[in-house]
Amino acid sequence: MQLTLWSYEGPPHIGAMRIVTSMTGVHLVLHAPQGDTYADLLFTMIERRSQRPPVSYTSFQARELGGDTAELVKRTIQETFDRFRPQLILIGESCTAELIQDQPGALAQGMELPIPVLALELPAYTRKENWGASETFYQLVRGLLKSRVPAPGTERELRHSRARPLANLLGPTALGFRCRDDVVEITRLLDSIGVGVNVVAPLGASPQDVLRLPEADFNVCLYPEIADQTCDWLRRSFGQPTIKTVPIGIGAIHDFIAEIGRVAGIDVGTTVAPSSARMAWYSRSVDSTYLTGKRVFIFGDATHAVAAARMATEELGLMVVGLGTYAREFAREVREAAKRYGVEPLITDDYLEVEARVAEAHPELVLGTQMERHIAKRLGVPCAVISAPAHIQDFPARYAPQMGFEGANVIFDTWVHPLMMGLEEHLITMFREDFEFHEGAAPSHLGGMATRPALTAAVVPEEAAAEETPATTWAMEAEQELKKIPFFVRGKARRNTERFAQERGITTITVETLYDAKAHFGR
Amino acid sequence: MTTPVFGCDVANIVYERGQRQAFCGLAGIVWLHRKIQDAFFLVVGSRTCAHLLQSAAGVMIFAEPRFATAILQERDLAGMADCNQELDRVVAEVLGRRPDIKSLFLVGSCPSEVIKLDLNKAAERLSAQYQGRVQVFDYSGSGLDTTFTQGEDTCLLALVPHLPALPATERNLLILGTLPDVVEDQFTRLFTELGITTVHFLPPRRIDALPPVGAGTTLLLAQPFLGETARALQKRGATLLTAPYPFGVEGTLGWLRAATEAWGIAAERLDTVTAAPIARAQQALSRQRALLSGKRITFLPDSQLEIPLARFLARECGMELVEVATPFLERQLMAPELALLPAGVRLTEGQDLEAQLERLRTDRPDLTVCGLGLANPLEAEGLRTKWSIELVFSPVHGFDQAADLAELFARPLVRGALLQV
Repeated sequence: MQLTLWSYEGPPHIGAMRIVTSMTGVHLVLHAPQGDTYADLLFTMIERRSQRPPVSYTSFQARELGGDTAELVKRTIQETFDRFRPQLILIGESCTAELIQDQPGALAQGMELPIPVLALELPAYTRKENWGASETFYQLVRGLLKSRVPAPGTERELRHSRARPLANLLGPTALGFRCRDDVVEITRLLDSIGVGVNVVAPLGASPQDVLRLPEADFNVCLYPEIADQTCDWLRRSFGQPTIKTVPIGIGAIHDFIAEIGRVAGIDVGTTVAPSSARMAWYSRSVDSTYLTGKRVFIFGDATHAVAAARMATEELGLMVVGLGTYAREFAREVREAAKRYGVEPLITDDYLEVEARVAEAHPELVLGTQMERHIAKRLGVPCAVISAPAHIQDFPARYAPQMGFEGANVIFDTWVHPLMMGLEEHLITMFREDFEFHEGAAPSHLGGMATRPALTAAVVPEEAAAEETPATTWAMEAEQELKKIPFFVRGKARRNTERFAQERGITTITVETLYDAKAHFGR
Repeated sequence: MTTPVFGCDVANIVYERGQRQAFCGLAGIVWLHRKIQDAFFLVVGSRTCAHLLQSAAGVMIFAEPRFATAILQERDLAGMADCNQELDRVVAEVLGRRPDIKSLFLVGSCPSEVIKLDLNKAAERLSAQYQGRVQVFDYSGSGLDTTFTQGEDTCLLALVPHLPALPATERNLLILGTLPDVVEDQFTRLFTELGITTVHFLPPRRIDALPPVGAGTTLLLAQPFLGETARALQKRGATLLTAPYPFGVEGTLGWLRAATEAWGIAAERLDTVTAAPIARAQQALSRQRALLSGKRITFLPDSQLEIPLARFLARECGMELVEVATPFLERQLMAPELALLPAGVRLTEGQDLEAQLERLRTDRPDLTVCGLGLANPLEAEGLRTKWSIELVFSPVHGFDQAADLAELFARPLVRGALLQV
């Protein structure tokens, strides 16, 4: 048993629901007890989808367990087919159905429906949501295309030399982080380098679209958590190479274009960023100077976390003080990235562990999921959301991609917005005891006192903790001096000074100790 | 103009079976943990259970939550790990983190039920182990046996054997069902003015304040979905009063009257004490009635509050009931309400979702009360909706909330009329 307060991922059948909800003409029949229909609200409330997910549930109850749940499964499948007339039915089970072993997949196969029926295995006690989505997408693509795989050794038909190369965009799903807008942005980006989009899947795709996947020259694996396995199978079966760079951030966009140039054999050397690509200049502009070396803690799915770490260091001049993921399947990628930034990778889906590590790292900005937003709120640290799982406000009405040049613009705004402006931070440092530029003043563009109570609350427990081990105390004048330090670094100064004192066995912190510590920790 | 005829015949109820669209009983944890402030709810279940709780309580991440899931792993199911040892370890972890916890509810789920994990034995064992510090209870929130609010019934039922005995010479009035504190306080004031001073509530705000029960207990239900707990309290000597539920002026007055009659309090006193709150409620209600009168409403089966709310909306707000569906109908507990429903109203018990939605599309009522999963898709079809879950959490009982309750239904209509986009 694993104690879980909040979880980053749902069970694997939620992943299957994300795939079918992304697509058209596909329906999922889920053998599941009453109550499991809660999952519909993820799509209709959080993502504000205007249609119910194409999922029918058997809704079995205790009284049916002794009787014939198999009959219930068959009836639900038949009714689903009659009512919705899908082109493809997927059969899955939730955690409880897995235990009662009705084999709904085999039951469905025996019904001889006039459409393809695919049975999914979604081991609920060992796997999670992203795995379920990846597996479902793979089974669906493989199920539809396996009879069309050319014999080994067959020469791949070459594209006509003057035709535009075609790419499939694979991996965007319902409930994914900004997938809807990323697809638009990447389609534009590809068009600007002379590459057409053949099929986007699963988002918006029908079974017929899936059958057209082999017509593309290569696949773009936009979201490896969802599409890695499928891209790999398409590469092996149809000889389609995979573009692995995820184009989040200016550097990654250029790598992405270069990779496509190599794979598609086209000249991309002259590609320039559009005039609307402002991120690089915004980062170079003087107000951004204050971002330099700000401590940032990053946690999310592997793809977004690794991309954020690169952007933070190379494109915003921040310092990564923590990097982690809940996606164990992609732990390797995160470990490699963490090594590059000299931090200990955090691979866990234990929310409490993440919270502890964030607190230890004393970041000035947290980039994470909706869970880290709550952690940051409690610690009084500014935060931006970079990855699923996300809350309703992370599905904005406006165009807000993460990928491509516009994505880089959006990310700049999203990360910098929770912070104080550079000039403002400078003024507060100058007029630190001023009656208006005081510690209680929130950043001028963030309304009112919103950030203040959390900040004080964050300090209190540490002071309380310090009281339990009364190793060091603050002399009155040192305490006064500490108050002259700008409030947004004061907590850090206090902790650093106390650590400095404790390490040296200093029991009373004086003004001297404070400045000794400042010199010691100064960068 | 025809005079409406009231009194519903249960013989006309249509029973349906099929796909359901309602939470399981685990959802009750969302309000039970807010009510019992020193309690921790530990679901023994799957990742699905954890995900459901998180989705249902998604907006409630104020602090470290007082609920969690002990997620069963492959090795628990394969018998490689002793589930009881594992549970003891997880419980120790929970209680180690939260020294402020005084009661622990082990909550059974669909998977724990299917693998026949005996949480009752576990609760006994852990109660002995943590004696003097934490009381451990167990109940089932499994979707195999409970629909949504029934999770409160199974939870409170688990408390009944632990209630202290009411001394034979004493009387008390026991109010059953979670009410927001503000509503409890209002009712306590009203009962005091009426001359009933020993009023207790189940669930209590703290576990060390479990109410006494005995032959001198008169039992009044504040929520209609607590049949099992009511029967268990009757077995411990309590007398169950027959009354409508305290929604709206009529329901609240009938509910209070049942108590005063049982306590031998003169009808005049009831009239005197309730006159001012009733006048206030009527005045506030009149504004909402103007918005709701003549509008057609359908209830999809969800919270089991459907029948009392339909009665309130029909009789006090002038709404027309198109269909009133409820997941499960407790005929005995609902008898006073059914007598007040307009005769011939379409009543449905159980659910067959697709068939129901077809009827809804044919009926096209002005307002549909449904769960969160269905609300936006129905809005997109041009139907105005009201989330049922809000009716379970919000202060909606009693005189002073009657207009608030009506306003919850009026708001989507007002908004619908307001929007020009």
